[in-house]
Amino acid sequence: MSAETSIPSDTVEPTPTSAGAYGPDNPAPVIEPPRARTSRSPKKASRTNFEMWAWLFMRLSGIVLVVLVLGHLIIQLVLDGGVSKIGFAFVAGRWASPFWQLWDLGMLWLAMLHGANGLRTVINDYAEREKTRLWLKTLLYTATVFTVFLGTLVIFTFDPNIQ
Amino acid sequence: MPAGTLYRGREGMWSWVAHRVTGVLIFFFLFVHVLDTALVRVSPHDYDTVVATYKNPVVNLMEYGLVAAILFHALNGLRVIAVDFWSKGPKYQRQMLWSVVGIWIVLMAGAFYPVLQNTLRTLFGS
Ligand code: HEM
Repeated sequence: MSAETSIPSDTVEPTPTSAGAYGPDNPAPVIEPPRARTSRSPKKASRTNFEMWAWLFMRLSGIVLVVLVLGHLIIQLVLDGGVSKIGFAFVAGRWASPFWQLWDLGMLWLAMLHGANGLRTVINDYAEREKTRLWLKTLLYTATVFTVFLGTLVIFTFDPNIQ
Repeated sequence: MPAGTLYRGREGMWSWVAHRVTGVLIFFFLFVHVLDTALVRVSPHDYDTVVATYKNPVVNLMEYGLVAAILFHALNGLRVIAVDFWSKGPKYQRQMLWSVVGIWIVLMAGAFYPVLQNTLRTLFGS
């Protein structure tokens, strides 16, 4: 991001080579093992397995989202004239059924948490200054909690007879 | 290319970039989409007015783009899961990527008329 951020000295960046012939004069680049501790690693080892659970959650929620999201796209954008049919009456018709209410609720929660956790990873990767990370994550978590809360409220308090 | 690197500079790296870009894009859309849907709680009229913009040809084309992003992210996500959990996953990651691209092209071709029919019918009549 800025000139202050430099590559730590214990990271060896691979240099581009023209030929694939490595030897004593042209050593193959060293790439640090994924779990090697560098100067950028946290000072204290974490006591929880949060990152492992987050990793697993991305995969499990991804599988469920394939069904929920693709089903949603087919119903909303493909069947019965595509997007042209969507309107208040169409929404009222679908949310008259608890099945579709639960479908949409599950999709809302899983997609928001999956997406928010994905964005957390992206922030961790690119925002290097402690303060920038903190601000971006505060913004992300606020927007996520707000959106999940609002969406849940809308699904549960929907009133087809609102004037 | 450094020996022993599975991904860097190759297809795998670009699929990772595309997965990341589509994921972020979908998340931002989802945020807006929950807000527009929340209008059903305000008034049917306001909701229908906002949804009418989704039927505009330009926005309709963006929906096709959204479908493209979601389909790629979903198919490639399944590939990532296979690479992580299937013992032969890393070995076939490249073949799986080209399968993802192939299935994606077929599904996008199939979605062309259904998703864009609103625009196609208003622009070309009948
Ligand atoms: C449709 C089914 C979906 C599947 C199968 C899926 C699968 C995945 C997987 C397996 C990952 C982890 C990648 C990794 O750790 O390298 C991931 C990351 C991500 N997903 Fe999804 N996903 C789906 C839907 C969504 C949706 C709806 C959103 C947005 C709300 C989303 C946003 C993201 C983001 C932002 C990331 C982080 C990307 C990165 O770290 O590079 N995904 N997805």
